[in-house]
Amino acid sequence: MKPEDIISKGECVYKKPSLLTDANMHYCPGCSHGVVHKLIAEVIEEMGMEDKAVGVSPVGCAVFAYNYIDVDWVQAAHGRAPSVATALKRLNPENLVFTYQGDGDLAAIGTCETIHAANRGENIAIIFINNAIYGMTGGQMAPTTLLGMKTATTPYGRRVDLNGHPLVMAPLMAQLDGTCYVTRQSVHTPGAVRKAKAAIRKAFENSMAGKGTSMVEIVSTCNSGWKLTPAQANEWMVEHMFKKYPLGDLKNE
Amino acid sequence: MESEIRLMKGNEALAHAMIRYGADGYFGYPITPQSEVLETLEAEMPWETTGMVVLQAESEVAAINMVYAGAGCGKAVCTSSSSPGMSLMQEGVSYIAAAELPALLINCMRGGPGLGTIQPSQADYFQTTKGGGHGDYHLIALAPSSVQEMCDFVALGWDLAFKYRNPAIILADGIVGQMMEKVVLPEQRSRRTQEEVRKQCPWAVTGKKNRKRNVITSLELEAPAMEKINNHLQAKYKEIEANEVRYEALNTEDCDYLLVAFGSMARICEKVMELARKQGLKAGLLRPITLWPFPAAAIAEAAKKAKGILVVELSAGQMIEDVKLAVNCNVEVRHYGRLGGVVPNPDEVLDALKGMIK
Amino acid sequence: MAKIKGAVVVDVERCKGCNLCVVACPLDVLELQPREVNNRGYHFAYMKNHEKCIGCQSCALVCPDGCISVYRIQEN
Repeated sequence: MKPEDIISKGECVYKKPSLLTDANMHYCPGCSHGVVHKLIAEVIEEMGMEDKAVGVSPVGCAVFAYNYIDVDWVQAAHGRAPSVATALKRLNPENLVFTYQGDGDLAAIGTCETIHAANRGENIAIIFINNAIYGMTGGQMAPTTLLGMKTATTPYGRRVDLNGHPLVMAPLMAQLDGTCYVTRQSVHTPGAVRKAKAAIRKAFENSMAGKGTSMVEIVSTCNSGWKLTPAQANEWMVEHMFKKYPLGDLKNE
Repeated sequence: MESEIRLMKGNEALAHAMIRYGADGYFGYPITPQSEVLETLEAEMPWETTGMVVLQAESEVAAINMVYAGAGCGKAVCTSSSSPGMSLMQEGVSYIAAAELPALLINCMRGGPGLGTIQPSQADYFQTTKGGGHGDYHLIALAPSSVQEMCDFVALGWDLAFKYRNPAIILADGIVGQMMEKVVLPEQRSRRTQEEVRKQCPWAVTGKKNRKRNVITSLELEAPAMEKINNHLQAKYKEIEANEVRYEALNTEDCDYLLVAFGSMARICEKVMELARKQGLKAGLLRPITLWPFPAAAIAEAAKKAKGILVVELSAGQMIEDVKLAVNCNVEVRHYGRLGGVVPNPDEVLDALKGMIK
Repeated sequence: MAKIKGAVVVDVERCKGCNLCVVACPLDVLELQPREVNNRGYHFAYMKNHEKCIGCQSCALVCPDGCISVYRIQEN
């Protein structure tokens, strides 16, 4: 059977979610952001929350997330997404409010806001993209950069004596009474993508059920910043990132 | 709730005025001398009556970004702080102005710079009227000189903020915040329904039901497009300058010497004017109520026949620059002020005024 | 026995040629165009060995740009 026949007579089992806009994403080829955007769009669509979802985009590569997922958005100042989400949700509890933050946004400049929003148990979902590097500004060290990892500001590799230790956010978040769900996922294989999607769905459902704060950390690649091909970046992530940031649920209440 | 007459502090009046305006939210962080705002709101528990959200944030930085979000969803939201806290908020203030959001801000000024003192000051005039945060923007700045105005400017500030989609700020000081006076509180207004908010603010992020998605952002990477946004803002500021100048003029028609002062200092200058007139010195007082837009034309008019202008401020001389610009240096303009939280008595101001007589 | 046959459609202009779909495919169906490029200059993905495709969606799931639609049919 020819492909044309399969396409015309067969069943479409996968297509771009309609909530993902037709705009070409500005992300580098192979960037994990695109996969996570797609999953968020799919989950919102499947939950039927298109009219109630409000996303909060960060400062960083994902600042333009609002161009790609067709829901209402607020673009937050660097690190302040959890504060923005706090007010959005408290003032309009019927809305599905989520933040989308990178490691610089969530774990450096916005650590205070992240910890306090979670500790208050705000009914929001936090999507945390951890690729251990600052992508947009050109590959500088992130708080989550691994020891020995070369970046634009650690050209000889991150050193404890100079740069301190990688900051591991998920256990910090899990110990807060306000969080109900803290999980680490990835999107490098089809299986991982399916699990990540289920995690995002759970986080969104928790927020609508008023259970408190959920954080889905996506251990991600930044192949441009890491100076690897997308496929190599996935391998490097499995080998190195997963040791420091192992996948799985840290808290699920 | 009916309108009623009460005796209370300026800061308490702010809180009551917010509730009675039908405010949707307040986000703040304690700092002297304005902590009574949050304390009063927490004690009044408006979430039980009007549904107003009140939240003690973890910092001024968080609070201003909560206000950014609240204004972004079309709600009447407010934060208040005092000088060091306001400095922390400035990035968020710039965002709110850039995204054209109708927020109400309150600064109950204290002496600086740095951690400074908790005593009253007016040294945040520059910060409030000349920027504070980054970029070309303006806040509609209201300067109350009584507890009644603390109350009234809450409604006025929000009304102007929504009218122009621009943040408004009440620039009070530690005296106006802490002093107790009689105040007529307005009757309770009901909070807008979500349908009313959607109608009044079609740009707000409320969920994209029956419309295209809304995005609250101040980002535009294309320089020509960013210039266009700036030009739009500047056109709006011109409109505000044309329509919203407010001031109070006392005895300016026949005055030989003009006092210019705002907020608590204007109250002291009323006494100075009274003492001067008793001694045969024809003094007048012009009190800017809007510090931006600045009542430059009114000052120029009042100064036409004057022999000198004394600008009295709790600062080293900030508003005096705008007064000099207003009169184009055609009249001698001098400054008198005390710094770091010290408040002058009327006699020392009167001496300064007399010192101008040639 | 019924056999599942699959096919994918690549949104050529959306594709950035990142190659992740090629790596994810368990049956070596996909390849990046060795010579042709799209309007933005990327070597886009295409079905090199279309007869092997079973419509498993692995390629589409890992695609960061949502370029891939997957179709499936049961062949008797």
